[in-house]
Amino acid sequence: MGDRAQKSLFDLSVARKVQGTAKHSPHAPLSATEAAPGGDGAVRTVGAWLFSARTGGVLLLAAIVAILPLFLPNKFYFDVAIKTALHAIVCVGLNLLIGYAGQISLGHAGFFALGGYASAILTARFGWPGLVAMLAGAVGVGVLAFLVARPILRLKGHYLAMATLGLGIIISIIINREIPLTGGPDGMSVPALWVGPWRLTGPITWYWISGVTLVLAVWLALNLVESPMGRALRALHGSEVAAETTGIDVTRYKVLVFVVSAVFASIAGSLFAHAERFMTPVEAGFLRSIEFVTMVVLGGMASIFGSVVGAAILTALPQVLAVFHDFKHLALGAILIAVMIFMPKGLVPTLAALWRRRVG
Amino acid sequence: MAEFLQFLLSGITVGAIYALVGLGFSIIYNASHVINFAQGEFVMLGGMGTVFLMAAGLPLIVAMPLAICVVVAVGLILEKLAVEPARDATVVTLIIITIGASIFIRGAVEVTLGKDFHRLPGFSGDEPILIGGAALQRQSLWIIGALIVVVAGLKWFFDHTRLGKAVLATSHNRIAAQLVGIEVRTILLVSFGLSAGLGALAGILTAPITLTKYDIGIMLGLKGFAAAILGGLGSGFGAVAGGIVLGVIEAMAAGYVSSAYKDAVAFVIILGVLFFMPSGLFGAKGAERV
Repeated sequence: MGDRAQKSLFDLSVARKVQGTAKHSPHAPLSATEAAPGGDGAVRTVGAWLFSARTGGVLLLAAIVAILPLFLPNKFYFDVAIKTALHAIVCVGLNLLIGYAGQISLGHAGFFALGGYASAILTARFGWPGLVAMLAGAVGVGVLAFLVARPILRLKGHYLAMATLGLGIIISIIINREIPLTGGPDGMSVPALWVGPWRLTGPITWYWISGVTLVLAVWLALNLVESPMGRALRALHGSEVAAETTGIDVTRYKVLVFVVSAVFASIAGSLFAHAERFMTPVEAGFLRSIEFVTMVVLGGMASIFGSVVGAAILTALPQVLAVFHDFKHLALGAILIAVMIFMPKGLVPTLAALWRRRVG
Repeated sequence: MAEFLQFLLSGITVGAIYALVGLGFSIIYNASHVINFAQGEFVMLGGMGTVFLMAAGLPLIVAMPLAICVVVAVGLILEKLAVEPARDATVVTLIIITIGASIFIRGAVEVTLGKDFHRLPGFSGDEPILIGGAALQRQSLWIIGALIVVVAGLKWFFDHTRLGKAVLATSHNRIAAQLVGIEVRTILLVSFGLSAGLGALAGILTAPITLTKYDIGIMLGLKGFAAAILGGLGSGFGAVAGGIVLGVIEAMAAGYVSSAYKDAVAFVIILGVLFFMPSGLFGAKGAERV
């Protein structure tokens, strides 16, 4: 018995190591889930279940979301927390694209703003119910993302970066110009979200809505990553040619991830519009897209929790440190360059590796 | 007719600026396959640098070459400190680094030189020349003349100098170039320096017409990039043709369709080119090597 337990504990640590490295190494793309076959003693199953990113990580995140309000002194901090959570949702989606599909989008703020303005315009100008408007926005953004990505991802190389850049700026120009519909550069106010008989307003309500949505988004993303689709993505990130020869339809998966990430951004945008009760074209700006990319890069490409951490740092820091505002461009640029050169894996994976080396 | 001529003239002027910026993109892309998103900041730095050197009392004839030298130095530093250390990284990493550099440069100018618009005086007065009822800015002639000189100079550089030929060789096949003894790292430096210089020149030439400000680099850079894509990324001739075509289309669209959507034209063209002819007007239709 003792022997067996020892062996299975050993297995667990090996499996975890393999999982840890496989997630970030493009050279061992297929071994992640196969390396951890289930059912070798209860200790191991429970341990693996609890320590896996999918359950343990999500539980930890949920716990943080649940406890955080105790430490938020006033409405201002709740507002920062809401923005953090909504940005994190965008980044979790964007990271699926950057970290797993190896493509980059320079127009995600466009999708975020489209979701937000869809909710704003459909509820304020056409009297649609909030949830229906949100859904319509998400579907519209998904279709748009599909139409753009389908022809462009068939090309080799990084044309998606250019296409999304163009798309994002076109969206931003349209929002700025269509003043009767969008209010133009001055922005427009957004009605409160009604769900059945409930009118959802106030920072505390919205804290819970965005917090719970974030946990759901992370859980969804982790499931996606560990599904056959996630394995296919890791494979194509390692070597597209090799992935194609094993029968993976590379283009299809890339398009799918892009659509998913765009829909994440759209929903976050809709929630943002109702939480803030106001939308401005700043949300669609090119710089906002770059901020999202910076959050993903800082937290760690291919690390879902990294995206949450990256979003938290870059959303909260400018709000809490007023000085940061004047040096925003300078700081964002310096962070992007420094992370890429000195810590290309990003904050969370690098710290996790350090911690693992300490412990193990 | 006079109206049409007016749009055409201003289109060609703006187009020549886009062409200069687009050339910078193409040169770096050829030498390194990096899309340098900081190209627009070189343009902004050129204009802003000249403005502030002139404000310090220098005459234009001194301020202009000095500003170009400063921007070339910035380009070399960017290559040395940011692109070189990540040489073996993926394209996504390099894209992120040049975006970071672009925002960093913009932020540095914002913090040190301020957020105001600035204007340079026209090189030979601000009195326009009348041609068939259309007004041609004197500065336009400088811009178009500069483009012609630059194109001729680049042609001579690539065809007749050892360094130029080495750049071409590197762009065709990096490893083969290395094998015949070309120092590829020097080539990268040269291409960044050259692009930075071209960008700075464009920024100085356009400052009397379009004004300059810390954040003009985004739009000018992106439009130069659209020009390069339209012409076929990596093709020098393509970048020039793409720039002129883009400038004229933009001016016509602003004049006859909607001036509110003038800025969208370039980006619609980017999407259109990527959808329907990804190698652009003059780009090589290469097969993917496995």
